[in-house]
Amino acid sequence: MPEIFRTQLMVVLPETLLAVFAMAVVLLDLVIRKKSVLAGISIAGAAAVFYSLFYTQGFAFNHMFVADGYGIFFKFIFLVSLVLAVLLSNKYLSVEGVNHGEYYGLMLFATVGMMVMASASDLITVYLGLELMSLSVYVLAGFIRHSARSSEAALKYFMLGAFASAFLLLGISLTYGLTGTTSIGGVASYLQLHGLAKNPVLILATILYVVAFGFKIAAVPFHMWAPDVYEGAPTPITAFMSVGPKAAGFAVIGRVLLVALGSMSFEWSTLLIVLSILSMAAGNILAIAQTNIKRMLAYSSIAHAGYALLGVIAFSPEGLASMMNYLLIYAFMNIGAFTVVTILRTEGMKAEELSDYEGLSKTHPLLAALMLIFMFSLTGIPPTAGFIGKFYLFTAAIKAGYTWLTVVAVLMSAISAYFYLRVVMYMYMKEPAKQLEMAKSYGARFALLLTGLAVLVIGILPAGLIDMARAAIIDFGS
Amino acid sequence: MVTVNWFIWLSLTLFMIGVFGFLTRRSIIMMFLSIEVMLNAVNLSLVSFSYFLNDLRGHILVFFIVAVAAAEAAIGLAILIALFRNRQTAQVDQITEMKG
Amino acid sequence: MNPLLFGYLAAAIIVFSALAVTRKNPVHAILFMIVMFFHLAVMYLGLDAEFLAAIQIIVYAGAILVLFLFVVMVLNIKEEMSGERFSSGWPLGISLAAGIFLLAIIMTGNVFPLGQQGIYTPALIASETHTKALGSLMYTQYIFPFELASLILLVAVIGAIVLAKKRLR
Repeated sequence: MPEIFRTQLMVVLPETLLAVFAMAVVLLDLVIRKKSVLAGISIAGAAAVFYSLFYTQGFAFNHMFVADGYGIFFKFIFLVSLVLAVLLSNKYLSVEGVNHGEYYGLMLFATVGMMVMASASDLITVYLGLELMSLSVYVLAGFIRHSARSSEAALKYFMLGAFASAFLLLGISLTYGLTGTTSIGGVASYLQLHGLAKNPVLILATILYVVAFGFKIAAVPFHMWAPDVYEGAPTPITAFMSVGPKAAGFAVIGRVLLVALGSMSFEWSTLLIVLSILSMAAGNILAIAQTNIKRMLAYSSIAHAGYALLGVIAFSPEGLASMMNYLLIYAFMNIGAFTVVTILRTEGMKAEELSDYEGLSKTHPLLAALMLIFMFSLTGIPPTAGFIGKFYLFTAAIKAGYTWLTVVAVLMSAISAYFYLRVVMYMYMKEPAKQLEMAKSYGARFALLLTGLAVLVIGILPAGLIDMARAAIIDFGS
Repeated sequence: MVTVNWFIWLSLTLFMIGVFGFLTRRSIIMMFLSIEVMLNAVNLSLVSFSYFLNDLRGHILVFFIVAVAAAEAAIGLAILIALFRNRQTAQVDQITEMKG
Repeated sequence: MNPLLFGYLAAAIIVFSALAVTRKNPVHAILFMIVMFFHLAVMYLGLDAEFLAAIQIIVYAGAILVLFLFVVMVLNIKEEMSGERFSSGWPLGISLAAGIFLLAIIMTGNVFPLGQQGIYTPALIASETHTKALGSLMYTQYIFPFELASLILLVAVIGAIVLAKKRLR
């Protein structure tokens, strides 16, 4: 095998493979009538990519790209959310009348973008990965072409996303002017060498990065797009983008703030503390007023971004590992909750209002029980995975000396119990008002099984996952 | 002698004009055009940094920004057309299906 | 760069971009943008970036803004011109923009601390020509971002067709 294959192309094998699958899906769409086959191909592609992740190691393409444990852990999160979202999609798309093959192709392209973001070791790669992900997700949000709500969601997401990426670019430009390099490791060592930590230009660049990434992870006050976009987008895409792009945003925060601007940790952690408190407060309090379950979950996802930021603020290996651990758990529990919403969407019934869930335990006891597990997990009640995730996050924050912030976070989770458990109350303590049907989708049922199992198993046996996350970041930032 | 600061001030002014347009215009086309002004401001700062640093990285990034801006324009305008087909309007405050 | 030339270009860029974002008629705004882009291209020429100057005119003015023009023609321009120009939240918008601007100006200060110098001096670029220098970097050191850009353009093609085509099979 020539040298270039071993040292360069093998390192980007997962991304290359997934891009090839994406193009294959788009092309095969022309000849395959049954779109569920395309969903199958996408899942097979994700499995192959997952397998290939273990063969990648080290830098490639002149330090543009790095395959380290940190990136691989995040890629695992993206693949999990991709597979689960694809499982939901086929039936839902037929119900909405937009079952086109390009949908799966765009999902795969979006995942390629996220994977590049998680592995970027140069600001240019960060930008391009981010745009590849964002552009695909904008289109997916507006995929129900005949629905004004879906187009509106796409437009809002697009406008604010493009606005935010201009801020990111100004930040990159200032960093470049200040250091003369765009490589993440190069920026870090230049700042260290010249003691530029208190430079006002760098502070400005830090603010710009926080604004841009705040938009991507939907943290308050950069969250205003999230509720409308989550409500209007197709439900499987809402599930996908409440996990994938958010995790990708956190992956880039880890690379840019923790590594490149590591010497500026006081400045950015101050900014992030403000963002985190605002997100937890606004997310949880505004969620109480919602009657649409997709909007409620949108506000809940804003609040969860606030929790996960605690791990970044801690600025310790423990905090980073608990943040990664939390994002994976969040992927399972949040997509699980959206799966329940998706599976209740049938030809005659939208089932997006909270009142539609009245008496669900009488008509569909198993589905209601699973929804109960997801709601408990999102609240953070043991023995579910959500409790474990929050436990490690809060421990890391306390160890880093942020006890007061942890107290705020615990109080906010107590508030969140109100609206999560209200769903449970509707399901278990009210009489069924409407006759809800479950969509006949094996994929969605399988996704339900997977997410339910994962939430319970991680909740009961948490050690394996956090150890995996700790092992993943041993070589981080080197 | 025109120093790098003059270019940065020009670029920041241009950026501010773009931010102003984005935040105040009602027409979606005009908001989108304002984003293009912001991107051009960034491009100008990158090109001038490259010139004063004797380095080509900024030029490379500008090349990519132009490519992405083209892709973004195609997608954004396609979304706008899809919305227009469904709603017959291109003003921000008239798209109020969902309470934001 | 000659200070007089810089002064003229800077003034023109600011005036034309300010005109572009405040016009009521989007067609006029786009035409002002094109004028602004030409001035920017001249600025790039003065900064030893011939290739980017060409790109600025060919891609930005020639492709992106023409796309804008097409879409303005497709949309209902009469409706676009009716009603208020600015949204009701414009005072907030102005103060936010001014705030960001002031913050940025204060932060960047009087003397920008430039980073480490590279090897591409104006003399080297002149002897090698800008396009060649850029190309040889692009296809060696920056080949990975270049391939990513191709994926982004592919997504744009697929996305635009999916969203805007009249009937999908």
